Amino acid sequence: MQPDPTPEAMLSVRGLKKVYQTDGGDIEAVRNLTFDLRAGELVCLVGPSGSGKTTLLKCISGLMAPTEGEVLLDGKRVSGPPKKMAVVFQEYGRSLFPWMRVRDNVELPLKNQGVPKAERDKLVDEALEAVGLAHVPRSYPWQLSGGMQQRVAIARAIAYQPEVLLMDEPFAAVDAQTRADLEDLIRTIWKKFGVTVLFVTHDIDESVYLGERVIILSSSPTVVQEDIVIDLPVDRDQLETRSLPRFTELRHHVYEQIQLAKKGHRPAAAGSPADSTAGSAAG
Amino acid sequence: MKALKTLGYVLALPVLLILLWWVSTLGAVNFFVPTPASLVGKFGQVWFGPRFLSDVLPSVGRLLVGVVAAIVIGVVGGVLIGSVRWLRALLEPVLEFFRAIPPPVLVPVLILLMGITDTMKIAVIISGCVWPVLLNTIEGVRAVDGVLSDSAHTYGIDGWARVRYLVLPSASPQILAGVRQSLSLGLILMVISEMFASSSGLGFTIVQFQRSFAIPEMWSGIVVLGLLGVSMSFIFQWAERNILRWYNGQKEVENAA
Amino acid sequence: MSSNTLASGGPVPSVGRDRRPGRKLPAKQLLGLAGIVGFLATWELIPRLGLIDERFLPPASEVILALGRDFGLTAFWLSVGETMVAWFLGLIIAVALAVLLGFIIGSSDFLRRATNSTVEFLRPIPSVALIPLAVLLFGVKIESSLMLITYAAFWQVLIQVLYGVADVDMVANNTAKTYGLGRMARIRYVVFPTALPYLMTGVRLAATVALVLAITAELVIGSPGLGREIALAQSGGAISGMYALVLATGLIGVLINALMRLIEKKTLSWHSSVRSEVIV
Repeated sequence: MQPDPTPEAMLSVRGLKKVYQTDGGDIEAVRNLTFDLRAGELVCLVGPSGSGKTTLLKCISGLMAPTEGEVLLDGKRVSGPPKKMAVVFQEYGRSLFPWMRVRDNVELPLKNQGVPKAERDKLVDEALEAVGLAHVPRSYPWQLSGGMQQRVAIARAIAYQPEVLLMDEPFAAVDAQTRADLEDLIRTIWKKFGVTVLFVTHDIDESVYLGERVIILSSSPTVVQEDIVIDLPVDRDQLETRSLPRFTELRHHVYEQIQLAKKGHRPAAAGSPADSTAGSAAG
Repeated sequence: MKALKTLGYVLALPVLLILLWWVSTLGAVNFFVPTPASLVGKFGQVWFGPRFLSDVLPSVGRLLVGVVAAIVIGVVGGVLIGSVRWLRALLEPVLEFFRAIPPPVLVPVLILLMGITDTMKIAVIISGCVWPVLLNTIEGVRAVDGVLSDSAHTYGIDGWARVRYLVLPSASPQILAGVRQSLSLGLILMVISEMFASSSGLGFTIVQFQRSFAIPEMWSGIVVLGLLGVSMSFIFQWAERNILRWYNGQKEVENAA
Repeated sequence: MSSNTLASGGPVPSVGRDRRPGRKLPAKQLLGLAGIVGFLATWELIPRLGLIDERFLPPASEVILALGRDFGLTAFWLSVGETMVAWFLGLIIAVALAVLLGFIIGSSDFLRRATNSTVEFLRPIPSVALIPLAVLLFGVKIESSLMLITYAAFWQVLIQVLYGVADVDMVANNTAKTYGLGRMARIRYVVFPTALPYLMTGVRLAATVALVLAITAELVIGSPGLGREIALAQSGGAISGMYALVLATGLIGVLINALMRLIEKKTLSWHSSVRSEVIV
């Protein structure tokens, strides 16, 4: 039996397992994953290449059914894409509708939900303003740079007013400078809208800089390698935060764990909080 | 100055060709080739009279009804078949075979089944024009991007909204490529269905002129068909440019990168 | 710690939209076969149940039998031969003319601009409009068919060749110039390879159109071939025979499609391999 979710958990992953059936036999992508996100938390999920991050995200977002275990959103089992969740994909160029202008892209999910026009306009304006794109509502996505396209995708997600925001390596395909801006944007939006964020990344620096907590995944078949609290100040700054000694310590720690994971090291008891030096974990 | 140059490029060759035609018919009288003047004269005389109402309009009407019906059937069927994997696998070989049948052979078949009626002529146009639209739509629906589809799904865009906002726009380049083929096919089938068995219509009239050796009149009929083809092509190109503005723009950006 | 080392997705086989070609393919082909069987069964049942009179739509079995009988007849194969000869000759003439004119017009900016309006005007003219003219000039001889086929197929190829020649990479062309390649050498080594895939697309489209026009000419004008046999069978009341010939034209269409796709695939694979060698 899995431990019960913590009472205040917004998103709860319980004993999740995913096995793909292929011609070459079954492939166990995710073995046993259990973790919780409290309401309003910003958690980064980091793991070595091929650690089933994308599989996990597809299961959480209801795009794919897990083989075993379950995902609970606000206490309710996820069986299809839930209304309270929005997803931002890595491939910004392929996740926006190229035949719609920026504003229509952001507005479409709301329109589809039957949100009245006046409220829709307000939400869309607010979202575009928040991502700094209030000036390009009439452009088509493909007329914008990669970073701006990803901003549109983020605006679409927050206009949808989700309780949980899932981000699947959203900045993996943008250049380094844009990436820093977008990281700060996520922190700002998280604080402003009070949304629960699960941010999947392969970038160790990014996970430490962004997260209030970092969940490190083992290599495939995936379990939770470690779940650490990032005890950095709430207000983060690309220069200052990254030059804090504590940042370097945490970064080192996560790096070591990833290296261990890559070598095939697995935690003694899957899913249990392991580390002592970096602080204790939830669950 | 620049506009003048463009105009020159557009008009120079056509004017040159007409001049050549005029000069070559000046001297000797060629039985098969009328002079430009007699063709223009006959054109007005033949087609801007009762014949416009009795032959041209009905032909064009049948063509429009047939092509529009074929597009509707093709798109609706294509979205349905393209969205259901097993249905696609089930029907694809049969549909490919139907597409491969040269549509004109359907004229004698449909005459047999329906008699020589307007319905038959429209049915000929539909049964020939539906395949390019249908198969292209299936292909376009099948090729909807996976990430885009996931995005729509996570935002609860399902069912009819999915068709309206995701599937149809995404497949529109392929659908329009099919429509383009259907339009020229439809014109061919309109003419053939009237030439083969009919007592009115453009195709019938032109064959009548030929049989009675009314050569300038026959040529004027060929010109009418040509104008019909050209205007359909221009209307289509205009529509395509507007519908696919996003697609062409996106491709331009991709190619520039 | 480079981000690239961790960038890729891992061993998970293309998540979500699972494609398993090894196991899917036979299932797909079985379904396709089931579709064909289902279609033939429906066709068999419609006249048998009296939904459509058997005199107008004979059951599938009868038509297939008639087609089988046709396969044993010399006359049938002669008709097929006549249709195919007209198709092939018309296509060859059209391709030859279109390639020649396409490369001449395409390689000169002046000619391209000067001919554009004329091409755009002549291209949409339906070739069937020329039927009366063909009859006047040639009667029921093969030349009538050739005229229609050539006219229709010519534009398909010409347009593609013009696109293809316009697609030539200026850098490649200028590189060739700096190495002293002359006009003919550039056409041979730069322009032609670039335009080849376009040309093949044009030929594939033209092959289909040529078959349609070959059958049309036989059907409407009465030049010898399968189309005329269909018209004769219909007016003579040999209904099963007519349906059998319709099936035969469909089979020819399928064969031509398959052949053209094969040729195109071969040419394109050759082309892309050469390209990637040059570029990488």
